[in-house]
Amino acid sequence: MIGEDDVRYVAKLARLRLDPDEVARMAAELAKILAHIGKMSELDMTGVPPTAHVLDVVNVTRPDKPRPSLSRADALRNAPAVSDDCFRVPRMG
Amino acid sequence: MSAWEPVIGLEMHVELDTRTKMFCACEVTKGDEPNLHTCPKCLAHPGALPVVNERAVEYAARIALALNCSVQPRNIFHRKNYFYPDLPKAYQISQYDEPLAVDGWFEYWVDDEKLGCRINRVHMEEDAAKLVHAGGDAGRIAGSDFSMVDFNRGGTPLIEIVSEPDIPSPEAAREFLQQLRNLVIELGVSECNMEEGQIRWDANISVRPEGSAELGTRTELKNMNSFRYLQQALEAEIPRQVEIIEAGGRIDLETLHFDPDTGSTTPLRSKEEAHDYRYFPEPDLVPLVIDPDWVEGLRATQPELPAARAERFMSQYSLSRADALVLGSSHALAAFYEEVVALGAGAKPVANWTMGEYLAHLNAAGLEAGHGHVTAERLAKLVKLVEDGTVSTSSGKDVFARMIAERAEPEEIVERHGLGQISDMSKLKAAVARVVADNPAQVEQYRGGKQQVLGFFVGQIMKATGGRANPQLVNELLRKALDG
Amino acid sequence: MPALDPLRLTARVAKRLLVDGEISSAELTKVYLDQIAAVEGHVRAYIRVTYDNAAKYSTKVDREMQAMRGPLAGLPIAIKDNMVTEGVTTTCASRILHDYMPVYTATAVRQVWDDHVVMLGKTNLDEFAMGSSTENSSYQTTRNPWDLATVPGGSSGGSAAAVAAGEALWALGSDTGGSIRQPAALCGTVGMKPTYGAVSRYGLVAFASSLDQIGPLTRSVYDCALLLQHIVGYDPNDATSVALPEPVALPDAERLDGLRVGIPAEYLAVGIEPGVRARFDETIARVEELGGNCVEISLPHTEYALPAYYIIAPAEASANLARFDGVRYGYRCADPVDLLDMYERTRGEGFGPEVKRRIVIGTYALSAGYYDAYYGRAQKVRTLVRRDFERAFADVDLIASPTSPSVAFKAGSRTADPLSMYMCDICTIPVNLAGLPAISIPCGLSDGLPVGFQLIGPAFSENRILQAAHALEGAIGFAPAPTFCDSGADAACLGAHAGTEAQE
Ligand SMILES: [Mg+2]
Ligand SMILES: [Zn+2]
Repeated sequence: MIGEDDVRYVAKLARLRLDPDEVARMAAELAKILAHIGKMSELDMTGVPPTAHVLDVVNVTRPDKPRPSLSRADALRNAPAVSDDCFRVPRMG
Repeated sequence: MSAWEPVIGLEMHVELDTRTKMFCACEVTKGDEPNLHTCPKCLAHPGALPVVNERAVEYAARIALALNCSVQPRNIFHRKNYFYPDLPKAYQISQYDEPLAVDGWFEYWVDDEKLGCRINRVHMEEDAAKLVHAGGDAGRIAGSDFSMVDFNRGGTPLIEIVSEPDIPSPEAAREFLQQLRNLVIELGVSECNMEEGQIRWDANISVRPEGSAELGTRTELKNMNSFRYLQQALEAEIPRQVEIIEAGGRIDLETLHFDPDTGSTTPLRSKEEAHDYRYFPEPDLVPLVIDPDWVEGLRATQPELPAARAERFMSQYSLSRADALVLGSSHALAAFYEEVVALGAGAKPVANWTMGEYLAHLNAAGLEAGHGHVTAERLAKLVKLVEDGTVSTSSGKDVFARMIAERAEPEEIVERHGLGQISDMSKLKAAVARVVADNPAQVEQYRGGKQQVLGFFVGQIMKATGGRANPQLVNELLRKALDG
Repeated sequence: MPALDPLRLTARVAKRLLVDGEISSAELTKVYLDQIAAVEGHVRAYIRVTYDNAAKYSTKVDREMQAMRGPLAGLPIAIKDNMVTEGVTTTCASRILHDYMPVYTATAVRQVWDDHVVMLGKTNLDEFAMGSSTENSSYQTTRNPWDLATVPGGSSGGSAAAVAAGEALWALGSDTGGSIRQPAALCGTVGMKPTYGAVSRYGLVAFASSLDQIGPLTRSVYDCALLLQHIVGYDPNDATSVALPEPVALPDAERLDGLRVGIPAEYLAVGIEPGVRARFDETIARVEELGGNCVEISLPHTEYALPAYYIIAPAEASANLARFDGVRYGYRCADPVDLLDMYERTRGEGFGPEVKRRIVIGTYALSAGYYDAYYGRAQKVRTLVRRDFERAFADVDLIASPTSPSVAFKAGSRTADPLSMYMCDICTIPVNLAGLPAISIPCGLSDGLPVGFQLIGPAFSENRILQAAHALEGAIGFAPAPTFCDSGADAACLGAHAGTEAQE
């Protein structure tokens, strides 16, 4: 059963700041959703292989041939912060 | 007190020298200005999708084959999820439970002893971008004001090689890595440039009572960037662990940092959270199904690798294992050596000259074997001049040095500087007579049974002839004069 | 110029008028821009209308008609705002991409651009396509033109509402668990999800990579085929795209002779509204009249499809949405004290509640110790769902069901209970899990609101589906147009502009 500690742990992994209200609400909602999802455990899945992908396609690759890259201006155009032609991020603490 | 033995495993990351990145067509470059080689894919823009670089798969398979791994018929990429500014998708596309290749082994030499190490797996992934920390104590994370990300390197094809913990000593770990690096370079799939970080490794180490089959708790040494530091770090870690265990303590499974200045290992500040990478199959890529014929094709076109070449040199040229390993270590050096021998010079003397004067010259000049003014033809001529007695060994070294300075053929140099060996009996007899006459005390000692004094006389004659006297003839004449 | 009714005009007719020189692209485009001016304040289908681009580009197409005689040249289109468009902001209806300016264009959009279509704008959606009502948009709530008090469905609610309201000739949407078909059903338009891989996903902002597909929302089945023709194909930028085994054909069928249609008992077992059920039964009767044979079939693992979907989609989404980290583009929180603070606040402030909920579920399902119980199990259920369809298609050519268990519901009526919202997609989700093609066409009204009829086919049976849907569409003869009334405001209707024109 999912609880508030689980929500906090997962939110940390996912780098999501949740306020205490959100944690409580989400724990309650997730408990309901996961209870519904728990239905899957009714099934006997011995010998059933997983489907990661519905396509029967394999070996899609590309040749090792360079294509033009973005201009630096385009690469940095959307960046929230830039320094010396690089993406700038806050100190790592 | 019982004796302890270390158990070491290595995990290596090697950047491949493909023209483009692992999952996009941006060029892989070195030393360019920041953020000139990016695209929606390697910047992880919304909606961008990866597509596998076929040459990266080939290069990775070549490494796997050289490590005697079995290339798996089915390959799956997984997402390894974690946040870091150098990882734009916040997941690394890597391989997990269905990697490229498994179950290999690598043979390497420590002095004259052959060691084997099992290779657990070889898998494909993508490299992270470059982070530069600015402000504060510049260059380090701690105390920096902010960091900057350059995505030129981000997405470069990367191969991870994981060994089993089969390495018995720090020295062996160092040899393992050096010889593995030679092997990868020989495959032509990476230059393994260490300054550029093209090869990087982590080591894990534990200790156990000698002869025990169980493994102790290991610690991990990260961020190694020189062979010497690797060895030093492991040498420092062994007594640290032994001390803890003997004091009744327990080794923590933790990551350590080696400080070359203090020569000691210290735990890295523990992360706030345990790693929980949430691996799952990458839905943007389809499986790679490896065709066995393709693998056989690669196997048939693998270049000769250092270990095999050393074996061949030992049997073909009757070289010692040590010599064969040195001469066989790189394709360029081996080719040069074989070319000189093919020109008619003796295999053993050519080996000595190549490993001695020639390698020293390459190192000093920063050249690769086969380049520079000492060509295979010139070295072959020089070795033959020494072999047939035209010049003495010591004059030969002089000739070698002048070949570089004067860019001339060895016989011209001998001629120009009068470096030919003196084999003229009348000249040598006169020199012998003079030395014997000038050193009565030593003559007395010799005749009193002190045979070693002979060396003194030879030295005097060499000095008098500028090293050019034929040493065999001098020996003969001296014995005659002194014994007679 | 002939009088053009944007509520009825199809692309097929508009194209003929353009080619015959009876109208210009500028005139055609103006019809939609005028309708947008008239009703958009109420419908709010668009996040951004590209007026200037549409006006300029349609004029350019007219001027260079000779050179630009692409098959779709001059026809105006709306694009769901989760497909990147170079030079036009793309938001996914999320605060985290509030002013994101793409540096490239999605392949599917590029393909229609290359045919010289005229882009009218970017349509609203549930944030990152997560939702079934378009109420999860961070910017606005789109309303259903059939009743402005109800939702248009989702997540392609903006595209469906735009087409239904005559604010677009046709539109592109995306479908992960029903996101094209369900809003098409609720808005009385045609909507198709192609076989997984048929349309490139390159440039479609990923929600759940193994389920997402782009597809058309149109006013007729013929239009649907016409648009589909131009967006399918293998794309070297998408390793999961494939070439169709045969080209998409423009449908002309009028009969369904010999067509075997399966009706899955499980889809009718759960909470289908009586009005929806009645229209469905009538449509099945029409199938028989047209010469088709309807048989009851069983898709026994249907009830497990929803749980599996609500693990797989959030799990993939949790990784797909991790790239929105405030480093390279998009929103970044103000004054972060350090990197961790920046990550957590940027994402905490940038994502809306439903997106956060799914990220948390997905992360939880993949985290250490839970993988086998959730993700691993869901993938096995996926196998069982696929096998159900494979077995069924051994006996029938197509499968029919209601698209949605209900007609459009009142805005706000389901937002408090995520699970009830998830139930909207009970008939559409298994199709995505199996990667199959399916279409929704309008099959009548229930209480004045449209009902959708879904046809599902085996992989790559697009032509079979389109032919059958075309024949059925002709027989149904769905004719009413939306009224723009608001049942929440004492059935007040919009009056003058759209409302009256619609009745002419
Ligand atoms: Mg790795
Ligand atoms: Zn790139």
